Amino acid sequence: MSDLAIELQGIDKSFGAVHANRNINLSVHKGTIHGIIGENGAGKSTLMSILYGFYQADRGNIMVNGNKLIIRDPNVAIASGIGMVHQHFMLVDNFTVLENVMLGAEENAILNRGIVNARAELKRLEDEYALEVDPDAIIEELPVGLQQRVEILKALYRGAEILILDEPTGVLTPAEADHLFRILEQLRDQGKTIILITHKLREIMAITDEVSVMRRGEMVATRNTADTSVEELAELMVGRRVLLRVEKGEANPQGIKLSVEGLTVKDGRGVVMVDNVSLDVRAGEIVGIAGVAGNGQSELLEAITGIRRAESGTILLNGETINASGDADPQDLRKRGLAHVPEDRHHMGLVLSFEENENAILGYHYDENYLNGPMLNLDNIRKSASESVEKYDIRPPDVRLKTANFSGGNQQKIVLAREMERDPTVLIIGQPTRGVDVGAIEFIHKRIIEMRDAGKAVLLVSVELDEIRALSDRILVMFAGRVVGERTPEATEGELGLLMAGVEEEKEAAQ
Amino acid sequence: MDYFQIGLVTLEATIRLSVPLIFAALAGLYSERSGVFDIGLEGKMLAAAFAGGASAAVYDSALIGLLIAVIVSVCLALVHAFASITQRGNQIVSGVAINFIALGATVILGQAWFRQGGRTPQLGADSRFQTVTLPFSETLADVPVLGPIYNSLISGHFLLTYFAFAMVPITWWVLYRTRFGLRLRAVGENPGAVDTAGISVTQMRYLGVICCGILCGFAGAYLSMAVAAGFVKGMTAGKGFIALAALIFAKWKPVNVMLACLLFGFLDAGAILMQGKSLPLVGEVPVQFMQALPYILTVVLLAGFIGKAIPPKAGGQPYVKER
Amino acid sequence: MSVPYAKLPVWVEYGLIPLINLVVAFLVAGLVVLLVGESPLKAATLMVQGAFGYGEGLGFTLYYATNFIFTGLAVAVAFHCGLFNIGGEGQAYIGGLGVALACLLLDGIFPWFLTFPVAVLASAVFGAAWAFIPGYLQAKRGSHVVITTIMFNFIASSLMVYMLVEVLKPLGSMAPQTRTFLDGGQLPRLDWLLSIFGFDIGGAPFNLSFLVALVAAFLVWLLIWRTRLGYEIRTMGASPTAARYAGIKEVRIIIITMLISGGLAGMMALNPIMGDQHRLQLDFVTGAGFVGIAVALMGRSHPVGIIPAAILFGMLYQGGAEISFEMPQISRDMITIIQGLVILFAGALEHMFRPAITAFFAALRGSGEASEAAAAGE
Repeated sequence: MSDLAIELQGIDKSFGAVHANRNINLSVHKGTIHGIIGENGAGKSTLMSILYGFYQADRGNIMVNGNKLIIRDPNVAIASGIGMVHQHFMLVDNFTVLENVMLGAEENAILNRGIVNARAELKRLEDEYALEVDPDAIIEELPVGLQQRVEILKALYRGAEILILDEPTGVLTPAEADHLFRILEQLRDQGKTIILITHKLREIMAITDEVSVMRRGEMVATRNTADTSVEELAELMVGRRVLLRVEKGEANPQGIKLSVEGLTVKDGRGVVMVDNVSLDVRAGEIVGIAGVAGNGQSELLEAITGIRRAESGTILLNGETINASGDADPQDLRKRGLAHVPEDRHHMGLVLSFEENENAILGYHYDENYLNGPMLNLDNIRKSASESVEKYDIRPPDVRLKTANFSGGNQQKIVLAREMERDPTVLIIGQPTRGVDVGAIEFIHKRIIEMRDAGKAVLLVSVELDEIRALSDRILVMFAGRVVGERTPEATEGELGLLMAGVEEEKEAAQ
Repeated sequence: MDYFQIGLVTLEATIRLSVPLIFAALAGLYSERSGVFDIGLEGKMLAAAFAGGASAAVYDSALIGLLIAVIVSVCLALVHAFASITQRGNQIVSGVAINFIALGATVILGQAWFRQGGRTPQLGADSRFQTVTLPFSETLADVPVLGPIYNSLISGHFLLTYFAFAMVPITWWVLYRTRFGLRLRAVGENPGAVDTAGISVTQMRYLGVICCGILCGFAGAYLSMAVAAGFVKGMTAGKGFIALAALIFAKWKPVNVMLACLLFGFLDAGAILMQGKSLPLVGEVPVQFMQALPYILTVVLLAGFIGKAIPPKAGGQPYVKER
Repeated sequence: MSVPYAKLPVWVEYGLIPLINLVVAFLVAGLVVLLVGESPLKAATLMVQGAFGYGEGLGFTLYYATNFIFTGLAVAVAFHCGLFNIGGEGQAYIGGLGVALACLLLDGIFPWFLTFPVAVLASAVFGAAWAFIPGYLQAKRGSHVVITTIMFNFIASSLMVYMLVEVLKPLGSMAPQTRTFLDGGQLPRLDWLLSIFGFDIGGAPFNLSFLVALVAAFLVWLLIWRTRLGYEIRTMGASPTAARYAGIKEVRIIIITMLISGGLAGMMALNPIMGDQHRLQLDFVTGAGFVGIAVALMGRSHPVGIIPAAILFGMLYQGGAEISFEMPQISRDMITIIQGLVILFAGALEHMFRPAITAFFAALRGSGEASEAAAAGE
């Protein structure tokens, strides 16, 4: 008998042009908590979805308890004792806990006896693992922590011996997360095997026995947690990338153009995503916000640009108030000199089914230059689009081409050209080079520096630490919705990595 | 006629008029609870009415008529399922298409096969459903109050009528007390949860839509083979849409569906009865207002002024695995 | 619908695929013709001859097409905003009330060309008013516009029966319809237009509304592709998140779009009421509102596609009536089937043949590239 619960050999998976997993090997020992760490998009979730039968690998073998398995669908995974707690809970909101636990494992066509047995089994699991939850409670009325507990119960109810948890603490408060860890330790002590996927170094160090690091679709290292350090893991995660060289002179900051004070923003479910954030951006400087994706950066940008309502806090643009928790309107903000390159150009920055020239005016279509009364002035629109196409070297240089037919880099240039050519006072930029080819990256970086040198106040958000370090004059680090530190661009990668991972948070707060 | 008699007649008509609504609305319930919206209830009901009437006439058997009605309705349901589940097409567009295909085909085929201006031949006693008289209804008829109620309100309906009302608790039971019902409700709310539990979303949705087809078949058969003795061009006359309104009005719950259908049936019966008569306080209510009332009530409900009608959360959206 | 597909040449995307969908719809309709024991080929020939073969037929074809241009435009405008307005039928019906009121009030006072603009305005205002509530409820309260517009079709139907039976019917008349309009409420026919081409329209009610429909089609094109409002409508329909980013007011755009859509549907009433029957009758819309769905889907929501699609359906209506003389099995209800099939194949199943076509072109391109590569290697 093997002491390996899971062994993956040469797993490879592509989605179209995206190579999500490259030749992955992984061994997970029985009765351990095995962490898998990596940045967003490193391929962790894809790998686990393959293990759970949600996707099929293009190549490679999966061994469970020493037996080679072909996991066609989740049924096979469940039957082999694999359970999964998804990042977005797979629960039916208006069902009771009991109904959710039973779904797919009902015993009989008629629920009667199944309900009785399930109730008894839930009680047993509750007693055994201290996982109390009212079986008749409706899911949507439970707090998030308890909903997650239901997900764990679902897996255990199906007899899971191997439990995969995908970013389980993303939605939890620190207290809830600690409770979860105690549960996981207890499960391990009773012989279960646990795979914990996370991008938080602190969690890895706190709870895992072994840790594997993924980077850009590859498995780069596996360590005994006791033998490694946060610094080593951070470096492995981020990797030694080719340093981006950006020609950049001294910044010459002037007066404050954008001032955010005590900003708090909640998401649709009422979870606080931005927690009492304050920051200033001066004319002629680039303020970079570093952080792992999902720590409130997106919500911060959307609140500043009037797309999302804030709960509380004040924002001053050019010294004048923006009513961020009231009727702030993106159009009005644009008129007041706020330009915004959004993080998600496919859903927000561009309408992919539009022609290039139509996207070149998105958000500025109220501009008199583009209008003849109620009519669009197509001559002017196309003329100015052509000028931008030339100036930003957008290829192919065809302003009538559908935007979907441009490459990622050229699409991004369309957005940049639109936002930069309007002579804004403040420029908000999210993920300027996400999904952009190398050639365009340099061009985009140059443009951003030029904007700074022209005296614009630039607020930059990026999950690419290199990019933040190369461009910023000051770096703010966001973690769990808060600004946990400010550093100069000279700060080392490791130092910033620790802040981003929330490890240094307490120290920072204590200062 | 005294008021008691009038009341009895009205209620009797209410039951008669609400039966096709109950069948069709329950049909819609199975489909929509599985996450597939269906505005093609009208078309399936119409096609079933025609198929039932036509085949009952040809084979001289009500049962064969019913069987064929159900088969035809299920076939149309499968077209809808293919378009909206397999091809991930727009469910509204598909439903509209089915309504038109049924509306045209019933007339064209009816004319081609029977040459009676879109009618099917008059059904004889054998090829049509008969009313059943419950035991003792004659003997008890003379008992005051309860006798007539038993005699004309509870007894003397078609078997299909009793079946329609029986389908209400049956549907409730299926939905809340069986594995199938649990999965059906789940797939309409969160198909991801069903998929990760190792159940096929596609299969569950197909089953929901097929159930819808079967019940629409019954609704159609009732129209052409029970209350009427044969199919008449366009005989559903918007009942499928009233049923859809009832389903929304009932917030997709089986017992509420029955109550909503009875309410809408009662409005219909009342409209016929009250024609030209005036009510105390309000005076004469135009019959057209009574006819429009189910739709008006549904819009008011949809606007959220009397409770909120929350459709199944995943309704109308084709399921695509998340990345 | 958001599934990304490999890029296809424009002529395939906008020409070949819609054509294949349409051809399949007609092939299935042909099967129905076979089923009732007639020859589809002969039926098609009779239909085309009946619709285009002589002046009166052509006049009728264009008369019907006029209705469908209006209702097709109505559906298309809503589509551009991501809204599905199934309520064209009811909006047209209520629009008829506007036309009738204008004509009844003014026909004795003014000549037709003065009544006419008032009637156009009234038809649009009444139709728009009937679309306002569903639009408002969608924008403000999230009530699905599909369901509310269906409900409003039925409410309109009841309302109009009431109006005709109780209010507008002349004293002493039995038929539920208004009095016949005087000359001041009757639109001139366009016999001169077809006589230019050597056709005599005979008794066909082909009238001035056709030109109004063409103007409306042009204006819709102008609105959608040439105005700021149209730009905002299209942005809203293509990407609500991008619209929010651009500061486009969602509530305002939805309501305005529904008003325009309802107005266009309402204007359809001009054609039968002021152009043909010269009175308001029960059920004068006869399904034209629903044909608009098929026309808009077939015409890909573009006026340039909608006009030929409307003429095609006009041909089906007129030709269908002609066929029934020769082939008693095939009545005008055949068109209802075709309409359903077009909606099914051009709408709900529009992507059915795409994977195969994409694969075909990929193979074509692949072999092309391979041979290029081979040529380059030599």
